Amino acid sequence: MPADVQTDARSSGIAHDLNTRGRAWYIDRAVSVGVFVGGVSAIVFIVGIFVFVTREGLDFVIGPMDAKEFFTSINWRPTSERNPTYGILALMAGTASVTGLAMLVAVPFSLGAAIYIAEFASGKMRESLKVLVELLAAIPSVVWGFVGMTIMNPLIIEFFDVAVGLSVLNAGVILGLMAAPIMTTIAEDALKAVPDSYREAAEAMGATRWQVVFKVVLPAAKSGLMASVLLGVGRGFGETMAVLMASGHAINLPTSPFDSVRALTATIAAELGDTARGSDHYGVLFTLGIFLFVVTFIINLTADIVVKGVGRK
Amino acid sequence: MSMFARTPLDQHNRRIEWLVKTLFLMMTVLLIIPVALIMSILIYRGAPALSLEFLTQVPTNGMTAGGIMTALVGTIWIVTVALIASVPIGVAAAVYLSEYAPDNWLTRAINLAIINLAGVPSIVHALFGLGAFVVFFGFGRSILAASLTLAVMTLPVVIVSTRESLQAVPHAFREACWNMGATRWQTIWRVVLPNSISGILTGVILEVSRTAGETAPIMFTGAAAFLPFLPQGVLDQTMAMSLHLYVVATQVPNVPEALPFGVALVLISMVLVMNAMSIAFRVYLRNKRKW
Repeated sequence: MPADVQTDARSSGIAHDLNTRGRAWYIDRAVSVGVFVGGVSAIVFIVGIFVFVTREGLDFVIGPMDAKEFFTSINWRPTSERNPTYGILALMAGTASVTGLAMLVAVPFSLGAAIYIAEFASGKMRESLKVLVELLAAIPSVVWGFVGMTIMNPLIIEFFDVAVGLSVLNAGVILGLMAAPIMTTIAEDALKAVPDSYREAAEAMGATRWQVVFKVVLPAAKSGLMASVLLGVGRGFGETMAVLMASGHAINLPTSPFDSVRALTATIAAELGDTARGSDHYGVLFTLGIFLFVVTFIINLTADIVVKGVGRK
Repeated sequence: MSMFARTPLDQHNRRIEWLVKTLFLMMTVLLIIPVALIMSILIYRGAPALSLEFLTQVPTNGMTAGGIMTALVGTIWIVTVALIASVPIGVAAAVYLSEYAPDNWLTRAINLAIINLAGVPSIVHALFGLGAFVVFFGFGRSILAASLTLAVMTLPVVIVSTRESLQAVPHAFREACWNMGATRWQTIWRVVLPNSISGILTGVILEVSRTAGETAPIMFTGAAAFLPFLPQGVLDQTMAMSLHLYVVATQVPNVPEALPFGVALVLISMVLVMNAMSIAFRVYLRNKRKW
């Protein structure tokens, strides 16, 4: 009988105050598990990307792939019936030349714009420039590719008197214009992160504004600025549609900016639709994907380490 | 001569400063002018193609005539399903990172994963979507597979913007709530989220614009070059605006010149209007904020 009384008391809530594990407690626990799962999902997805891309490409890597040929041959003939060759050197040269030119265009302009916005512009001017830069970053890459084909192409043909306007120059400039707004935003953040006390100290010593910028702010923000360049490189390296449409998509070791080239990313986009699952061609395109994944991972990791280095100082 | 009169050195410095400032302003302007020119050309050459019929008719004559209705509706499908998948996960991740995560290796790994999700090339996301959603999970080429691929790809956008708006809520708000005996979740649900919901919304709008413009990730996972009808469910394939632009610009012969410009103009307008909305919303909120 006493046991029943106790149960009664508990269910009627008399003992409730002693029992902290009420409904709210359980909901709280459930939510903390739920959001933890959400947080960890980012890791799950990045691992998942690697696993699933590798899963499709593995048969090729452990099977017919010849690593030496893969990285050193310029012959990319995956559809050849008799003797298919899978050399990505020309594709790497295409990606490198386009990304390199894009950085030549984007680095000075984005750093210049970031310095102007962060250090010289004020009030309304600064806000409107920031909004503009943000809008520029939003233009989809397929639109950029379209611009390369229809606007840049005839301009290059006419201006430089060349036969084809879809080239390293075209894709590089397009990619530079694409990457610059993002790099500007990151570089501006890096400049903003330099404490105002640095600037005030330098100004108190009689430094002019540009002396403050060049001798104090830029050196202090060096690693953040380097990270912005690295992320720009990563972006150029991984860009697909714009490069596919503007580069001419011809397998070539470029010797001049007017040569057509083909990029690693563009090759996957252009050829994947025509391959059968399980074929060597299908496998090699996924192997390219693994390669792209690893390289961008290293670039992003480096950028992260470079930035975190600032935090420790 | 007073003590503070300009010395030749002063004048020299001022001249240099003016030069430097002008140089950087020029660089900023040179960044913006080409894009402004490009936009005007797109408008100038695309405007003739635009009409109400262009938006409401299906493409005809091998996509050389008619409108873009199927592509427009397809993009809305893809974006909606992607949002349903990514917003809950993204917000949960942001709540974890902002409200729960201790400063340890796991949190650092999560942050690194987020940076990498944003940095992995879109074509690699496409390969992942094909390998995982189309093949492994057996969704086939479908809206579901395309949307999930885009959801994974744009997850960092939601996470980063939500985390920022959660962290903008002053810590004192939380402390006040905890002191009343509220649990962690009650505090988040009743105090933190209501105070940051608008910031989360700006992130969601940004994600919509990003999702609508992506091409490579949907090419092999669910978007089709041409379909004469609308999708009936998430397991159907669909046309999409971004892929439609690629197709009419590169794959279809004898397209009237204004047509691809019209498609590009509609696509870029969708994206920019949504971005502008997101920015305007953010500025409005910042001005309204009371703390």
